[in-house]
Amino acid sequence: MAPADASRDGDDRATPGPGTETPGPDTNDARFEPPADASRHGDDRANGAPAGPNRGTRTPSPDIGPRTSEAPVDAERDRGDRANRATTGTGRNPGRRANAGNGQASWDRDTPARGVGAGRAARVRLPLRAPQATRSNALHAGAWWVWALGLGVAASRTSNPLVLGLLVGVAGYVVAARRTDAPWARSYGAFVKLGLAVILVRLVFSAFLGSPIPGSHLIVTLPELPLPGWAKGIRIGGRVTAEQLVFAMYDGAKLATLLICVGAANALANPARLLKSLPGALYEAGVAVVVAMTFAPNMVADVLRLRTARRLRGRSTGGVKAVLQIGLPVLEGALERSVAVAASMDARGYGRTAAVPPAVRHTTTVLTIGGLLGVCAGTYGLLAAEGAANGLPLLGIGVLAAVAGLRLGGRRSVRTRYRPDLWGVRAWLVAGSGAAVALLMIRASVYDPESLHPGVVPLVAPGLPLWPAAGILLGLLPAFVAPRPALTNTRPAPTNKEKTR
Amino acid sequence: MIRFEQVSVTYADAPAPALRGVDLTVPEGELVLLVGPSGVGKSTLLGAVSGLVPHFTGGRLRGRVTVDGRDTRTHKPRELADLVGTVGQDPLAHFVTDTVEDELAYGMESLGLSPDVMRRRVEETLDLLGLAELRDRPIATLSGGQRQRVAIGSVLTPHPKVLVLDEPTSALDPAAAEEVLAVLQRLVHDLGTTVLMAEHRLERVVHYADQVVLLPGPGEAPVVGRPEDIMAVSPVFPPVVALGRLAGWDPLPLSVRDARRRAGDLRARLATTVPPLAATPALPPAPPVDRPAAPRTALTRLLRRRPQPTPATDVTAVTHLSVLRGRIEALRGIDLTVTPGETVALMGRNGAGKSTLLATLVGMVEPSSGSVTVGGRTPHRTHPRELIRQVGLVPQEPRDLLYADTVAAECAAADDDAGAPPGSCRALVDELLPHVSDRTHPRDLSEGQRLALALAIVLTGRPPLLLLDEPTRGLDYAAKARLVEILRALAAEGHATVLATHDVELAAELARRVVILADGEIVEDGPTHQVVVSSPAFAPQVAKIMAPREWLTVSQIRDALAAGAAAEDPA
Repeated sequence: MAPADASRDGDDRATPGPGTETPGPDTNDARFEPPADASRHGDDRANGAPAGPNRGTRTPSPDIGPRTSEAPVDAERDRGDRANRATTGTGRNPGRRANAGNGQASWDRDTPARGVGAGRAARVRLPLRAPQATRSNALHAGAWWVWALGLGVAASRTSNPLVLGLLVGVAGYVVAARRTDAPWARSYGAFVKLGLAVILVRLVFSAFLGSPIPGSHLIVTLPELPLPGWAKGIRIGGRVTAEQLVFAMYDGAKLATLLICVGAANALANPARLLKSLPGALYEAGVAVVVAMTFAPNMVADVLRLRTARRLRGRSTGGVKAVLQIGLPVLEGALERSVAVAASMDARGYGRTAAVPPAVRHTTTVLTIGGLLGVCAGTYGLLAAEGAANGLPLLGIGVLAAVAGLRLGGRRSVRTRYRPDLWGVRAWLVAGSGAAVALLMIRASVYDPESLHPGVVPLVAPGLPLWPAAGILLGLLPAFVAPRPALTNTRPAPTNKEKTR
Repeated sequence: MIRFEQVSVTYADAPAPALRGVDLTVPEGELVLLVGPSGVGKSTLLGAVSGLVPHFTGGRLRGRVTVDGRDTRTHKPRELADLVGTVGQDPLAHFVTDTVEDELAYGMESLGLSPDVMRRRVEETLDLLGLAELRDRPIATLSGGQRQRVAIGSVLTPHPKVLVLDEPTSALDPAAAEEVLAVLQRLVHDLGTTVLMAEHRLERVVHYADQVVLLPGPGEAPVVGRPEDIMAVSPVFPPVVALGRLAGWDPLPLSVRDARRRAGDLRARLATTVPPLAATPALPPAPPVDRPAAPRTALTRLLRRRPQPTPATDVTAVTHLSVLRGRIEALRGIDLTVTPGETVALMGRNGAGKSTLLATLVGMVEPSSGSVTVGGRTPHRTHPRELIRQVGLVPQEPRDLLYADTVAAECAAADDDAGAPPGSCRALVDELLPHVSDRTHPRDLSEGQRLALALAIVLTGRPPLLLLDEPTRGLDYAAKARLVEILRALAAEGHATVLATHDVELAAELARRVVILADGEIVEDGPTHQVVVSSPAFAPQVAKIMAPREWLTVSQIRDALAAGAAAEDPA
């Protein structure tokens, strides 16, 4: 794990981090200054669309289209340039960027370059070290989700508790290293607890309802509930064997790991940022969904506040009665807030639409509905016994039509996007590491299924299969390449002192 | 720019119109202040400008409201979004996204501005409002003042021609309020933005206004005029105007600067009089146990258990208190004692730790080091039922304390909670809040009434220590005056009071002692007149006008003048 160590060294030397990043915003400034000047006194809204009348219909698209597709390229070029400068004139290294998607591979390739000389090595590490996270280098939320889902797919391929534990460990380490102080980042703990609860529930059910797993290691015999003849096959109580419990635990652990992976994505990626990547036609619906989602955390905050208020009135804060009494004001409060947010959104221009010619509108409708029908029919064809031949093309056409419909529908929306997250090298690395873990695990489950599914009859201690485990460690990559969150207001020293007291 | 023609608004199920016969023209580039007592329809009038009334709230609007030639009848709020920026009373209800930068950009995204323009304006606005270091912060982690600034920033970015603000400074500390107002003034002066705002804290804003619109009472037509003229007749006015009216200055001064120039002879008249040392009527603080409590007639008998006095006379003692909230040290090394009958004002900028200190005193927050005793008990280890007889807190949002659907039910529950005989709370409500029927729903009360009800509920347990968190937010001057009376009476009965407040005028009226917190530490602790007079941010208007003499309130000066006149007359 040479590369990992190297970049950890980099991590420790934290302070110069922001310094190395300053060129980023500067170049950005330079890029947006000229148009800013041009439009300072004019009508900014018409910027980029000199033809007044159809400004509503077309302004955003030509502006946003090329920019979003160009900007990541720019960013990558920036980074590439800096990296090249650091590798002391080895010239452009196109292979590097091309291979970035392979994650580990590109890192390995870099290693010899770093070992060239001590003085040089320090300079090389600067651009390679994870910078402090800011808005401009924020990792694409989608990358985190791809990474987490990759780990999840890997988890679904094994029931070996050691491998699952390793996956949880990898997810946990990355979360610990890269999560922020934001409210959504606190959900990780809740997901871990949920995972443990899943294992527990699985064990309890297995113990009480029995299990088809035959076993010889009897732990305890519970009193069995005699059931009438028609309920044959159902058993309540009875023998509890070690085998069935171990099997239930393996099974539960798999599900728990999946949940924890989802929790990790939740903690690492701001859900609202994902929205920025939605097509324009869906954005407004997406905002509504996100606002609706804030309903839950707000209600939790309300509950806490009202529990505090109960305490102030000298009542106990637990118990069914308390919950019932708190319930109504909480719902009332949540409803009032929703109405207020809706009013605010309305007053701030939510749902403004551009005038679109009827022809375009109708085409949009036809394309979208036709596309969706095509997708449905195509999927049906694929699932049918021998319909793959006509199913696949139908599905393809359906998807194409739906995408075209969404793009056309986006014309109706005048909305532009403010600093959407860019999918840069680091995003490729993060997403790639997750995908690599998933692929390696799928491969391992084909080549060596036994070690990934340790038997329970007879009971054997699960062994740690070396190669899959090594593959899982690839998932640690984000802990080193993703931008470090800025630590605000942290005073760790007093924390420890106070705790020991 | 904004034109109201014979506008009246009637909400559904309302017996009378909320606004009637409003004829009003706001010219472009003016800062217009909307004043009036609570509940006269100020928010309704503001809502009508952005089109939220009646498009969103329902109800019926007669007449015509046009903004820059666009009729709100035919234009929905979203079609006015590029023209009118609105910030409501509660900034939290305003936010759509979850980080500061996204919030600033949201309005522009809806309008479809190009990314370059958005970026530039966000940077400008971050600087303008001093939000640059908060740009990546989740909004949920901001303090009240920061949220207010983000809310204002979020409507500034689309460069609206009209800004409509409902109580923009009432949640802010004096310094933050000054900042926000300076920004508004800059917008008016440099960009020609038209600003229409409602505000209860007139002392902060009235001298910035070009015009004042007074809504004298519910359903009455507005009176429009120059600030000096309106202030001469307005039922709500700031201390500087009160002083001007007292001294008979004409035209009335609106700013401290004007008043100081006029105040030469007043200062001379009072040169020989020594200002009373404490703002409260000089009463020797008596421990509540020793007194038979003559003024609390009916209530005294209702008490079953008296608060047990600590051997020391202090109601509360805080020593070396530190509190950690998450990873942030909210309070550090706090030492504070409060004696019975004392009124202490806790001041300091937003997020300085005032609310945390109050929360620690009622045991909601466990100290990470140091000790807190209230009435001889450690709050966070005391059962709530026991604790409410020692200390009562009225939270920032009094409605949190109210669950029941009628005032009567609320009172019955309070008696039950406090173990007081039935009727004790109701008796307190009658005292604090006359003319409120038993059947009223607590949510239908006005802000001031709700505060009084919450106060009555908290007082049912007869706690020797009373804590109030930002009690004057949203109160008009009349409600504030009543609150001052109530709290003075309580202090006379021996209740110790700790107020966390940004309202320097309230502190000057009530508190004998001011404690200033900054970054979780006490930076100043002393008698009110010394602390506030020496600090420009925390000085009340009268103190600024009468500096360097330590006069704090208009009533002090009125009394001194009356006494002077009385002394002269016989002579």
